[in-house]
Amino acid sequence: MMRPKLKILSDKLVSQIIDEAYGLLMDPGVRVHNDDALELLAEAGANVDFESKVAHIPEAIAQRALKTAPSEFYLYNLEGEPVVHYGGDSVQFDPGSAAITILDSKTQEQRPPVTADFVKFVKLVETIPQLDAQSTAMICSDVPEQIGDLYRLYLALNFMRKPIITGAFGKETWWTMKEMLVATVGGEAELTAKPVAVFDVCPSPPLLWSDLTCQNLIDCARSGIPSELVSMPLAGATAPVTLAGAVVQHTAECMSGVVICQLTQEGAPIVWGGSPATFDMREGTTPMGAVGTWMIDCAYTQIGKVLGMPTHAYLGMSDAKIVDAQCGLESAGGTLLAALAGVNMVSGAGMMDFESCQSHEKLVIDAEIIGMAKRLIAGIEARDEPIALTLMRSMGHRADYLADPHTRKWFQEEFYIPSEIIDRGTLDGWKSKGAKTAFERASDRVDQLLKSYQPGPVSDKLAAELRRITTEAAQKFGMDELPPLPEE
Amino acid sequence: MSEDLLARITESIVGGEPESVVALTRKALESGLQPLEIINQGLVAGMNIAGERFTRGEFFLPHLLIAAKGMQGAMELLEPELGARQQVHEAVGTVVIGTVLGDIHEIGKSLVGTMLSANGFKVYDLGVDVPKEDFVARVKETGADLLGLSALLTTTMIGQREVIEAIVQAGIRDQVKVIVGGAPVSQAWADEIGADAYAANAMDAVEVARRVLM
Repeated sequence: MMRPKLKILSDKLVSQIIDEAYGLLMDPGVRVHNDDALELLAEAGANVDFESKVAHIPEAIAQRALKTAPSEFYLYNLEGEPVVHYGGDSVQFDPGSAAITILDSKTQEQRPPVTADFVKFVKLVETIPQLDAQSTAMICSDVPEQIGDLYRLYLALNFMRKPIITGAFGKETWWTMKEMLVATVGGEAELTAKPVAVFDVCPSPPLLWSDLTCQNLIDCARSGIPSELVSMPLAGATAPVTLAGAVVQHTAECMSGVVICQLTQEGAPIVWGGSPATFDMREGTTPMGAVGTWMIDCAYTQIGKVLGMPTHAYLGMSDAKIVDAQCGLESAGGTLLAALAGVNMVSGAGMMDFESCQSHEKLVIDAEIIGMAKRLIAGIEARDEPIALTLMRSMGHRADYLADPHTRKWFQEEFYIPSEIIDRGTLDGWKSKGAKTAFERASDRVDQLLKSYQPGPVSDKLAAELRRITTEAAQKFGMDELPPLPEE
Repeated sequence: MSEDLLARITESIVGGEPESVVALTRKALESGLQPLEIINQGLVAGMNIAGERFTRGEFFLPHLLIAAKGMQGAMELLEPELGARQQVHEAVGTVVIGTVLGDIHEIGKSLVGTMLSANGFKVYDLGVDVPKEDFVARVKETGADLLGLSALLTTTMIGQREVIEAIVQAGIRDQVKVIVGGAPVSQAWADEIGADAYAANAMDAVEVARRVLM
């Protein structure tokens, strides 16, 4: 079966981009605000200026790191089953992460999310078959912001079964998050053997690693916890304006991340990912719905594959402020391209207003787009041999296919059948159901799905342990008691 | 044993295996089960389950149609047996159905016919491009209590009005309820031309047909 695939770069351009990225690692080199990393780089033979914190990394070191980094690994659900495959052309989806607002279902206005919003979101993700993983999708405003990162993970672990894409906002909180994960899977060795979480680590454009994110990268590597590079060149502002130029920068930043990871621990799992954008030259914003943004994503994914790396991208988001036509068209464009490009983990469902707002309604609409995208890359197969000759000869000129066993056998595999969010009824049918907009139908779907939610496998004992860990962290920042978990 | 056979007939209807529905029906007759038992406790029970699943969104049109195919195959075996026993399978209603003159769209109309017959209606399907005189003649001949008129084009839906005028002129308007359907057709159009009801789709047609006969 020939799977439809998008290769956006010529082989010649791929080689040139990789060559120029190697060139950048040496000159001007990478600025790393983390002494552990600088020492590792110096030991490995990079020319390090500890004063300016710039490491000039020879090509051979980068090549070796790319070789020792695993080309694939699995994420496990909380029941210990491998359900997400990072590597090859596997394509999987999780929601966009770390939203600072939620689109209120009733007012359709953005407001800061609270505990109940995120718990509802986690439950919803569990019930959506098109989504392969959870993400720490929003930052709750009802806890101190210093524990904003770990509190998301705490809530998710209480309600999830699917693996989770997460990230830390501090050096210390990373350790608390690791403690939660270790408690959840029952030990350090278990977490390394069957990882249930990936940590996003973000270099700063251009060619810079902050102390915090570099430390997260090192700590992940030491613990054998997968990390996901989120390099974000902003074409025309913090990166060259040409799409190819932005990809050169992305390649160099990701290479430097792979080097630091592999120098810490050879063979530690790490993902070639990102969240680039083209700079909007009118508004000065970072559009995730721009075709140029999608093209940079597809291009760096191709580079990652050539270098034998598992891949990730932030795609399928929209810059719209409400769930409207712009929201749908931008989310669809990015999602379809991500699937065609073969991105292993596509993060973005539910996300809008660039990367700042999450919406339960958009999430279930995006699930339909994801369903279509997954169908698209499943491709076209003959199914029968001959394809249709015998069937059509027996049918002759009768149009009786609807009642034929062949139709019953294949229609659900051949067609993607959407939920009722996608209206395909007659005008009268649509009117008789209340003439609802897509947003209203999505809202109905959210309610319907939540009714089917089955609690995750977290025991009472584990729930109490997670609460203890999180409460201790909260107490350091003046919160004695965590907000209660929402009742059913 | 006999209950088991009836249950297996129901399962085969729901499971979309028309050939085994017919085989099991033959077996049921041979084992001495009454045709009416087979119809009501085997076939119709299966059609009801299929219909419920369709309403809940678990089943799709191909599931319904293949279930109906099993029912029809079994009825071909059972009708002569009913005759031989001088029994009648009381139809819910008798329907004459067709696509109006100048219009050759078949699928929607056939779907309605299949669903009606699977739900216990006696259906006379006149096909497509049917002149108004033919509708009048068949309604008279069969004593139908329902007339289903399909039109898929804005240019042919006017034909639905002409058929209704023709049955008025023939003096049989009181004997028969008229249901109209088709892509351009709406409740407003049904009201305008004096039809008794409008059905939006094949499943709706079954509901509407039951309603207008009540």
